[in-house]
Amino acid sequence: MATATVREACDRFQQELAESPKRDQPPTTVSGRPIRAIYTPNDLADFDYDAELGYSGQYPFTRGVHASMYRGRLWTMRQFAGFGTPQQTNQRFKFLLAKGQSGLSTAFDLPTLMGLDSDDPRAAGEVGRLGVAVDTLDDVAALFDGIDLANTSVSMTINAPAIVVMAFFLANAAERGFDWARLRGTIQNDILKEFHAQNEFVFPPEPSVRLVVDVIEFCARHVPQWNPVSISGYHIREAGSTAVQELAFTLADGLHYVEQCLARGMSIDAFAPRLSFFFNSHNDLFEEVAKYRAARALWADWMRDRYGAKNEASWKLRFHAQTAGCSLQDKQPEVNLIRVAYQALAPVLGGCQSLHTNSMDETLALPSEHAVTLALRTQQVLAHETGVTNTVDPLGGSYFVEALTREMQHEAREYLARIDRLGGMLAAIETGFIRREIADAAFAYQRELDAHRKLIVGVNAFQEPEEKPIEILKVDESVEQQQLESLRQVKRRRSAADVTHELDALRRSAERGENLLPPLVAAARARVTVGEAINALADVFGRYTAPVV
Amino acid sequence: MEPQATIRIVLAKVGLDGHDRGIKVVARGLRDAGFHVIYAGLWQSPEAVVRAVADEDADWLGLSILSGAHMTLVPRVLDCLRENGVSHVGIIVGGIVPEGDVPRLIEMGVAHVFGPGTPIPTIAEFLRSQGVRTHA
Repeated sequence: MATATVREACDRFQQELAESPKRDQPPTTVSGRPIRAIYTPNDLADFDYDAELGYSGQYPFTRGVHASMYRGRLWTMRQFAGFGTPQQTNQRFKFLLAKGQSGLSTAFDLPTLMGLDSDDPRAAGEVGRLGVAVDTLDDVAALFDGIDLANTSVSMTINAPAIVVMAFFLANAAERGFDWARLRGTIQNDILKEFHAQNEFVFPPEPSVRLVVDVIEFCARHVPQWNPVSISGYHIREAGSTAVQELAFTLADGLHYVEQCLARGMSIDAFAPRLSFFFNSHNDLFEEVAKYRAARALWADWMRDRYGAKNEASWKLRFHAQTAGCSLQDKQPEVNLIRVAYQALAPVLGGCQSLHTNSMDETLALPSEHAVTLALRTQQVLAHETGVTNTVDPLGGSYFVEALTREMQHEAREYLARIDRLGGMLAAIETGFIRREIADAAFAYQRELDAHRKLIVGVNAFQEPEEKPIEILKVDESVEQQQLESLRQVKRRRSAADVTHELDALRRSAERGENLLPPLVAAARARVTVGEAINALADVFGRYTAPVV
Repeated sequence: MEPQATIRIVLAKVGLDGHDRGIKVVARGLRDAGFHVIYAGLWQSPEAVVRAVADEDADWLGLSILSGAHMTLVPRVLDCLRENGVSHVGIIVGGIVPEGDVPRLIEMGVAHVFGPGTPIPTIAEFLRSQGVRTHA
């Protein structure tokens, strides 16, 4: 009887749905995924609670990597910051810590990210502009001056020269008397996504990955609490990918690093617990939550069953999230505050370990103090006022979210299989497969906007005829000169013979295939610059240009 | 009606900035709209950009800069164009450019600055309204 009633109810629902009007904007996610009108147990055929969800803190970790999640400890509120000279960024760090931020996150300027010194002609106009300029160990010392490195976790977003900056950081910590075993933090050190999306690479893929693995290997032995890589989907998404592409390509990158570490003879449990991840948090709340949950379940499965990791810590995918920079608009910039607040909800509902919320003015300039304070306050309101932290995985068991979580796992596995068929990650990079997939998705999205099938407030809908400009941060134009002067002074003080000696030693180690962190730490002490170290490595590894797709 | 000549445009990223999502979308959108688009790629020096404009006999040059270095890089490209006698080409700039800098770029000779969120048809219409640049 009940069945007949249920069927009747369903038929009636379908009929009413068919007869109801439809809006001009189709019900698809920001990634273009079609969403059904309603989700029921029928969308979760053979759903097995214990196998697919279980409890937080237990395999497969769909519900979270810790048993108590935010009831025990809130996520780390970590605002990415950096501009101008190391001294200026140091002041911003102290400002953020004073406002209640719980960790530091360093943005470097473009020359540093590309392995160029501030006095390189190609760096002109870019020194200290998008982040802090770092040329030598002395800059790292100024950057973290007065900050207790044993009790403040420090994140550094840098990739091609990651190993060089890590060496500077370690040398500085040693000079200040901090035990490497007590250092906590993360270096992004994820070169693969640079080839897919962000384009800050220097060397060809293979030696680039070797440097990543050098950092993982060295930290596993000497800096055990440090996350030596943050495997990043953020930039893939910013380049225009869909949520599933972000998920799949990020995990594929992670698996490639795992394979390379194993190939070097490391045991899975020696390094897997410190692999960390970084995902985007875009506009579509439920798709994002499902993405994070899917990522944890997939990673746990691979680590335990494919690689035979025994340590539970190896199975856990821990991640940082950042709200989507690409979703911010320069029209009616204060509306970005609202976007960011909704976006910040997704990683919190999805179990992130740390979070950066973008500032409303980031399509105009680097964030002002006012804007960055509001961005941080957004997280504090979420944490302390909304109640979303009270229970673990509050969306778990939602027919919709569970169906999406499953769907995304399935689609990510399909992408992984395609990459395997292409001959693995490096082959996928060389053929331009990943770049093409991302570019296609970016273009498809732009067409949706141009056709008004997706609306963006203030941009293709609800425009204001007159807009009042907001105050933005101006980076002092004299920064470049100041940085050039301090670099000149370091170069004057250091021993040219020592520099030559250390660079020769670095080249020899690179040729022999040795781990390059020890010679780089020695080079850091001799005040070798980032650019000099990168050039020495390029002598051995060559330089790379991406295929145009 | 006389068929319109195909408008030729070189698109390039100058400086160190690797944000190429926008320029690639614009390249494809303009191509679909009937333009002849040459995408020169990342990290182009002013000299390389000018060479591409000359080699391709382009009507337009589109520079994409999201690094904030536009006030350094755009004048360099403009100088280099003048020095090489290819100043007939029209220049558009796309990316993150604070409002205050826009009039300064226009004064230097940039035809238009397109910010984030610009629909591709808007760019296409702008270029069509200016037509093919006549040059000797």
